[in-house]
Amino acid sequence: MSATIDQLVNREYQYGFSTDIESETLPPGLSEDTVRFISAKKQEPEWLLEWRLKAFRRWLTMTEPHWPNVTYEPIDYQSVSYYSEPKSTKPIGSLDEIDPKLLEMYSKLGISLNEQKRLSGVAVDAVFDSVSVGTTFREELAKEGIIFCSFGEAVREHPDLVKQYLGSVVPYSDNYFAALNSAVFSDGSFCYIPKGVRCPLELSTYFRINQSNTGQFERTLIVADEGSYVSYLEGCTAPKRDTNQLHAAVVEIIALDNATVKYSTVQNWYAGDENGLGGIYNFVTKRGKAMTNAKISWTQVETGSAITWKYPSVILQGDNSVGEFYSVAVASKMQQADTGTKMIHIGRNTKSNIVSKGISAMKGQNSYRGKVHILPKAEGARNYTQCDSMLVGNECGAHTFPYIEVQNNSAILEHEASTSKIGEDQIFYLKQRGLDAEQAVSMIVSGFCKEVFKELPMEFALEAQQLLGITLEGSVG
Amino acid sequence: MSTTLSAPALLEQANHAAAADVPAVLRAARAEGAEQFAALGLPTTKNEDWHYTSVSSLAAIPFAPMTGDDSDLSPDALAEHRLDASWPTLVFVNGVYQPSLSDTSALPAGIRVLPLGDAVSALGDTVSRLLGSTAPASRDGFTALNASFLGEGAVVHVAKEMVIDTPVHLLYVTTDAGANGMHHPRVLMLAERHAKATVVESWVGLTEQPYFTNAVAEVVVEDGATLTHLKVQREGRGAFHVATIEATQGRDSHYVSFCFTTGGALSRSTISTLLNGAGCGTTLNGLTMLDGAQHGDVQTRIEHAQPQCFSREIYKSILDEHSHGVFNGKVYVHPIAQQTDGKQTNNTLLLSKTAQVDAKPQLEIFADDVKCTHGATVGQIDQTALFYMKSRGVDADTARQLLTYAFAADVLETIENETVRDALELVTLHRFTSLATVTG
Repeated sequence: MSATIDQLVNREYQYGFSTDIESETLPPGLSEDTVRFISAKKQEPEWLLEWRLKAFRRWLTMTEPHWPNVTYEPIDYQSVSYYSEPKSTKPIGSLDEIDPKLLEMYSKLGISLNEQKRLSGVAVDAVFDSVSVGTTFREELAKEGIIFCSFGEAVREHPDLVKQYLGSVVPYSDNYFAALNSAVFSDGSFCYIPKGVRCPLELSTYFRINQSNTGQFERTLIVADEGSYVSYLEGCTAPKRDTNQLHAAVVEIIALDNATVKYSTVQNWYAGDENGLGGIYNFVTKRGKAMTNAKISWTQVETGSAITWKYPSVILQGDNSVGEFYSVAVASKMQQADTGTKMIHIGRNTKSNIVSKGISAMKGQNSYRGKVHILPKAEGARNYTQCDSMLVGNECGAHTFPYIEVQNNSAILEHEASTSKIGEDQIFYLKQRGLDAEQAVSMIVSGFCKEVFKELPMEFALEAQQLLGITLEGSVG
Repeated sequence: MSTTLSAPALLEQANHAAAADVPAVLRAARAEGAEQFAALGLPTTKNEDWHYTSVSSLAAIPFAPMTGDDSDLSPDALAEHRLDASWPTLVFVNGVYQPSLSDTSALPAGIRVLPLGDAVSALGDTVSRLLGSTAPASRDGFTALNASFLGEGAVVHVAKEMVIDTPVHLLYVTTDAGANGMHHPRVLMLAERHAKATVVESWVGLTEQPYFTNAVAEVVVEDGATLTHLKVQREGRGAFHVATIEATQGRDSHYVSFCFTTGGALSRSTISTLLNGAGCGTTLNGLTMLDGAQHGDVQTRIEHAQPQCFSREIYKSILDEHSHGVFNGKVYVHPIAQQTDGKQTNNTLLLSKTAQVDAKPQLEIFADDVKCTHGATVGQIDQTALFYMKSRGVDADTARQLLTYAFAADVLETIENETVRDALELVTLHRFTSLATVTG
């Protein structure tokens, strides 16, 4: 049993390489000039610069929040570089012009930027340090009227859409890290699905922090017009460095009437070593707004980062809208995770479903923090929440902080949570059926996470399973 | 916004009380309380533990310490709340102990029950051992305030191996004469090794006027002892009621608590216990029934500090009209508390469209070999059950009343003492049904 668990918690970080690529990096420091520099660099229109500056000024008046159940050394925001771009990327006409070293790196990561990977059927927008380096399947998507491009391009080519939706779900004043992101975001992905279109491909963004001492602040904006459907994947890795790096991203989703957006994340930023040295601080704001009959589903597998602090949320604005949150969070070594969701029920007959699975090992601390708020007008709202924790070893911790706020009596709300370890009796039972201890543990852990894995698209489900270091028996999953 | 709310009027009163001429042990505690209160103030909703309960309305009223005037108390009104006249009872009217209304002559050997004022000399050791031990003045603004007015209250001391069947009753009554007054009773309870006893604390308001109760109870349950502590809060509709109950438990002990809440404009009960001996356990149950614009807040904290302990918790609320219920239950498991078995349930029934509830059932677990669960539900009366009853010929109103009563009775049945259980069932039955009589 312990061998498998050791393997699970002690695995070498396989994405820890760094790519030696020439890049232009802004010296550390943050001021209005930094914001202006980034905006100028991206050739942004005046309104966006103004928006960034408003965000920056607001950020200066805010204080860093400390309510999450995590501890870390104070962050020096002046020692971070807010912009880094691979030097040779400037005007990219086609993928052929991309630095071969970059392509090599992405193939090491298993990301296909090459058209030959067409068969895999995933359109990718890859963000390297601060800049989006290539988006695949543009033309095919364009046939359907789908816009999928880097954020910078979207600002240039579709300013109306960006202007209309940017900050409409996560305003720049939302919280400390969202304000910081709004001021200095460098790039990200933009996606627009027109009315009634079912996106034929899984869209995907891959984030990679390469340079040391840089922060990554990307922004993703997904707009699903009436009756459309899209499934969006996000993956992240970073090299092994012994300093902490900040990642403060914002993801906004707008699902208009009858639209469905499914957003899946496999987060595998470098987690630091067993002494807690290095690793990414992953402070992310993710939120979606669902209009009438719309559905937003968040699925996340959080295995990386020294500190994870994020609450993918859904504002159930329209009647009959649905919000879902499926999460597996693993905290081992010295990792700390404070994650969960917020479901804000505003419309009538809104439904939300939350399934959270936390696994704590070694000295990891895992917290679920979730809020379900039923507003007075949300007649017939329904919520079901389940959060289960599993503890491996006696130095780790599992915590649950649910907030339930109900202001309408027609709401039906259920919350249950349990904490347990892998039971000796469960292992005994499986051993009795001819499995060895390791297989038994694998089976129990994958059974524990199954409800979440089944929500992931196939490719991601496999990756997620591997990330947990657990091999599944037969055809399960 | 700051996390503390200054209350200059209360602070002035606290400083005044701290300067009064009282026995040395009380004097020292009062001085510390006043000092802590000056530093702590009252909590604001920015304070995580007070997020859903604002005490700003309390801070706005210039309460004066109650004087114990009992001129308008009718013996009949009091009799109803005695539960059982044969029980040893201490009666406090408008904040002050009333020897003439109290009777402890029926106390069996091995248990001593004294008002705090007498206990300072007669049970000096117990007082100095318990005072400030589990609920120090530094805990929060309310314990600090209580300490700075220290003087009224009671001491219950159960000697080792004494098993006492008859409950001890502490009855606090406030009448019109107590309007705009405040009182800060402190109760110290000690159950020595292998002792077993029951203490009932009743809070009764015979007035609609505002007044402020700020009670603190410190409880020590030694190895192998069992202490049952039943709290019946039926304060007046204008009252502010803040109560802090802090227990600490020894090996194989059992602390049983029931918190019944129906009164007060704003009430807050904090019940916490430290499971500080291997194999001990606690049962914390409660029922809250509110209507009108009442605000009722219950906070529980169970701290598993030793291995093989168990905790069981069931809290139910029935909220009607514009009332606002809050439940915050925390189970904390220390790294060494292996084989912890914890179970917490919180159910809320919302009877009206405008009632609201905020629940925060929390688990904080640092040990791996544990079994901890919590569940919370919020909803209205089950339509299927209602339909079933109607299809059996029960009319809608009666069916609704019966289902509401059944929801409450479920947890009331966990009260072991028959007299208290029957009395509370009767109160509940009257509240939800038109039936005038109760059976068994």
